[in-house]
This record gives sequence, structure tokens and C-alpha cells, in this order.
Amino acid sequence: MSSILMHAPALVIALPLLTAFVTPVIGRFNRKTISWFVSFILGLTLLLIIFIANQVLTNGALIYVFGGTEAGLTLPSGYTVPIRIIFHIDGMGIFMGLITAVVSFLAAIYSISFMEQHSGLEKYYTLLLLLATGMFGMELTGDIFNFFVFLEIASIASVALISFRSTLAGEPAEAGFKYMVVSSISALMVLFAIGLFYGQYDVLNMATIASVMQFTQLDKIALVLLVSVLAMKAGSVPMHMWTPDAYSEAPAAITMVLVAASQASLYALFRTTFSLYNVTLNTVTVGWIIIILGILSMFIGVTMAIIQKDIKRLMAYHAISQTGYMLLGVGVGLAVLANPVALENFGIKAMEGGIFHIMNHAMYKGLLFLTAGALFYRTGTRDLNKMGGLANNMMYTTIFFIIGAAAIAGIPPFNGFASKLIIYESVYQFNPLLSIIAMLVSILTLASFVKVFHSAFLGPKLEQYKSVQEVPKSMVVAMATLACIIVFFGLFPDLIVKHIVHPAVMALINQTHYTATILGGI
Amino acid sequence: MIGNFPFVAVVILIGLGIYTLIFKKNLIKIAIGITLIENGTNLFLITLGYRKGAIAPIYTQAPEGVKMVLPTPQALTLTSIVIGVATTALILSIAMILYQKYGTLNTDEIRRLRG
Repeated sequence: MSSILMHAPALVIALPLLTAFVTPVIGRFNRKTISWFVSFILGLTLLLIIFIANQVLTNGALIYVFGGTEAGLTLPSGYTVPIRIIFHIDGMGIFMGLITAVVSFLAAIYSISFMEQHSGLEKYYTLLLLLATGMFGMELTGDIFNFFVFLEIASIASVALISFRSTLAGEPAEAGFKYMVVSSISALMVLFAIGLFYGQYDVLNMATIASVMQFTQLDKIALVLLVSVLAMKAGSVPMHMWTPDAYSEAPAAITMVLVAASQASLYALFRTTFSLYNVTLNTVTVGWIIIILGILSMFIGVTMAIIQKDIKRLMAYHAISQTGYMLLGVGVGLAVLANPVALENFGIKAMEGGIFHIMNHAMYKGLLFLTAGALFYRTGTRDLNKMGGLANNMMYTTIFFIIGAAAIAGIPPFNGFASKLIIYESVYQFNPLLSIIAMLVSILTLASFVKVFHSAFLGPKLEQYKSVQEVPKSMVVAMATLACIIVFFGLFPDLIVKHIVHPAVMALINQTHYTATILGGI
Repeated sequence: MIGNFPFVAVVILIGLGIYTLIFKKNLIKIAIGITLIENGTNLFLITLGYRKGAIAPIYTQAPEGVKMVLPTPQALTLTSIVIGVATTALILSIAMILYQKYGTLNTDEIRRLRG
């Protein structure tokens, strides 16, 4: 048993990847069992991730080498080169892995009832598993070309899932086309940057590149390419045009996973700036660029959200706005990275806020998208003007919506408050104006969700929704799990920050540690 | 000087691809633009892997004293080409669905999602 668990990092990829191609075969014989089978496999993956997380958080970063024991290969001439593909799992990687595992497992549970009526279920689950594989790979890998491959797997799977409903209408295909163009350009630019690194340093291992980085003109070009395309994939403001379309047209469970997929790109952005470049770059300038991207995303996202009538489109704009908070927190940390006193005083705190917000956002935004999906499931519309009085018939959905909306607006007993408070406090010490803008955005968020709550749930019962019932059990279970996580994180934020978030932040800041774990034998 | 020609070709290919993406309104042409960028990137990788006078790294057939290339860039390019085929197929199939639903390939008319 223990010998199998030694290969847990490989199994995290292999299990969903192989299941993805077994699913259509099972679907041939029995259509009903696929959804349960896929949920079981993703649950198993979640357990594996928790096992790895436990190992990483107690023993430090984990290196898993594919097809060998050493990352390096010594040629007959005596030249040693780190050529093998490795998984380099540190605090930050496993932090993202945990989010991905929880989100994709709950998406599968939710889909049991949500997608029941659809045809082509086996294809849906194949793509969901491939998307999960791609995200895990992006987050755990230590090889930059491997990262590109998983990025492409995740984008192709998510494009196909966004346009999954295109047999009914043209809009899903339209959103899918936009996302496809965006993600193929980003992936190609990442590949070009990889070419620039390989041409100069002859290695593809991220830690090795980081240790030999000269910060030449070519490295600067690679930095610009990587930061801009990864910010685009994360849905930050000047490049956010795909986000509302893709999020609103995908099935609700997939939208939740897409949020986590955008965050995987955000993770790659942080990995590039912190682990790959770190203090070799001009951290103040790059930090401020990320802060400005964050402020713009926050403000433009929320102002666009207020005027929306489509419930999922509104939430998608809020997703852009919340991404701004993460960029702000981590950007402040990057801006003071070269200044040990400021880093100690508020830089680490700001990064903890930003990183903690990633996890919180995945949870409450997932919950909100699932409630939007529940409303769509029962009413058949996403237009807020056509809904009304649903609180009477859909009690659980209403409660979950209130929890999610309170969390995103940053109201105390929920998790959004915990991370936003850390961001406000620490960013205020860096620059008070940024903190004030962040608070203002939070108030606008609350205003917009009050509007949604009012038009969807309150008011008199409408004639056409007389017979509407609560959604099926599997959907309630998925939403309830997320709601429990939100309340738990809100009640015990210190526990989470100390045990999960702080190791993630330290893994990002401490570049020498990141490179040293790989280069031990080379 | 002549050794730098492939890099010039890379710049031209990627530049044409970006031009096509920005200024062309036909979905098929957008797909072509992406393919151009992809080919430019692949050419860039292949050019990086070229070593003058070196041979393919097959140990059993290597003559004494001849340099061998490290085959990593070729492997990368092969992977990238395979991924590119999948991407192009997906883009074209989505363009096909869009043509069925909207009756046009013009991006100005495929604009139901906005705001």
C-alpha cells in the first residue's frame, strides 16, 4: 500500500486521465452509472491530494521524478543536465491542487442531477476529467514545457465544455470560439517564452532556469510575454473580454471549474514572477504593474457587473473584480520583495491575504454559480427580470445564495471577510488609497448582490413558477458542502492561514529554497 | 548573417499571424492566423535546435568524434505540432457550428453576446 502511495503525484494525473478515456466505454453499457463513477474517481483524487498535502506541509517540498530517481542525467562526457520531467510540489502548488480537487469533485457531484437530461453525458465527463488533469498538471509540475502541455490540455477541454450546449443555440459556440482564440494565443506565447529560455540556458526545469537566470534582454521579453498572456488567461481587466461570455454560457458546474482554471493561470503568473525571476527583476515596477492590473480589474469588473441583467454574466463580472483583490494582495508583496523590513511588516501579510482570497473566491464564487445553475435548472432562464418570488419554493437555494453573497461582499462571519480584512489592513500600510478603493469595490459588490437577491428571490410568487420545487439532492449536497467550507473558513481563518496559506506564501517568497531542493545533486 | 534567416522568417510568420488576427473578420481566416503564429513558434524551436555539422543522436550508428545534437527541441516541436492539430480541428469545428447557427462567418454579425 505504501509503495503505491509513494507514486501519489503521478497517480493524481494518471487517475483522472485514464478514467477520462474509460468513461465512454462504460457509457456504452450503462448511462446512469457514469456520473457516480466519475464522482467516485474525483473523490479518490481529492483523497490523494489531501495525502500529498499532508506530506508536503509536514516534510517540505516534494520532488517526484518520472522514470528515474534523479532529475539529472549524466552524459558519457561527464556533462550533467536536468533533463527528466519532474513534479515539484511545494506549499503553493499543493494549495492550488487542493482547490482544484475540491472544486472538480463537487462539480461532478452537482452534475449528477444537473446534467441528467442532457445527451452526450459520457463526452461531458471525459472533458471534465481532462480539464481536472490539465489543472493538476499546471499546478504540480516543475518543468516549464510540461506546464505548456497541461495548459493546452486544460484549454482545449474547457473550450469544448463551454460550447457543450451549442446544439441548442449559437451563443455557447460563440463564447467557445472567443476563449479558444485567447487560449491558443496565450499557449503559443508561453511556448515562445519557453523557446527563449531554452535557447539561452539549455534547460526546461523551472528551478534550474531560476538559478541560472541572467536577466538579459531576452529574459525581459519572455517576462513580458508570460505576464501578459497569463494575466489574460486569468481574466484580468484589459484582457477580460472572454470571461463574461465563457462563464455565462458554460453549464453551471463547469463555470465553477473554469474559475479554478483561471486561478491556475493566476498561479502560473505568481510562479513566474516569484519563483522564476524573484529579486533579479525590478520588483517595484513589476509589482506596481500587477497592482494596477488588480485595481483596474476590481473597479471595472464591479461597475460592469452592476448593470447586468443576466445572472451568470453578472457573477462573471464579479469574478473579474475578485481576481483584482488577489492581484492587489500579491502585487503588494512583490513590490516590497526587495525590501526586507517592509516585507516583514506588511508584505507577507498582504500576500497571505491575496493567496487566501484565491481559495475563498473559488469556494464562494463556485457556490454562487451553482445557485445560479439551480435557478436556471428550475426556471429555465438566466434573465433576472423574468425571475421573482423564488424564495418561497426554493428554500435551500435561497439560504446558500445568502451565504455566498455575504461572503463575496465581505460580511463578517464568512470567509470573504477574513481574507479581505487581511488585504485591507496590510495594503493600507503600503498605500492607503489602494485600500480605500478595495473597500469601495466591496460596497459596490454588496449593492449588486442585494439587487440580485431582490429580483430573483423576493417579491410576490409569479404565476409561471407556482409549481417550482427545490432542486434535486445531489445539487443541494454540492452547494451545502461549499457553504459549510465557507462558514468554517470564516469562523477559523487563523487556523487556515497558519497551516495552509502561510506555507504557500513562504514557498513563493523563498526562491533560494525553491531552487536548492532541485539542484541538490547537480 | 545567413544563419539568422530562419529567425527573420519566424518574425515574419508571427507578425503576419498577429496581423490576420487583428484585421481579418472571417472566422476561417482567424483560424489561419493562429496556425501562422503556431508555425512561426515551431520554426523558432527547430532553429534553436540546429547545430552545424552535428548528427542525429543515435548512439549505435554514430561515427567516432562527430558531435550529436540534443534532441529536446525536436521533441518539443513534435509535441507542439500534435497539440496544434487538435487546436486547429477544434477551432474549425466551432466555426462550423457557428456557421450553422448564424448563417455567416463574419465576426461583425456573430455578436449576440455583448455588454
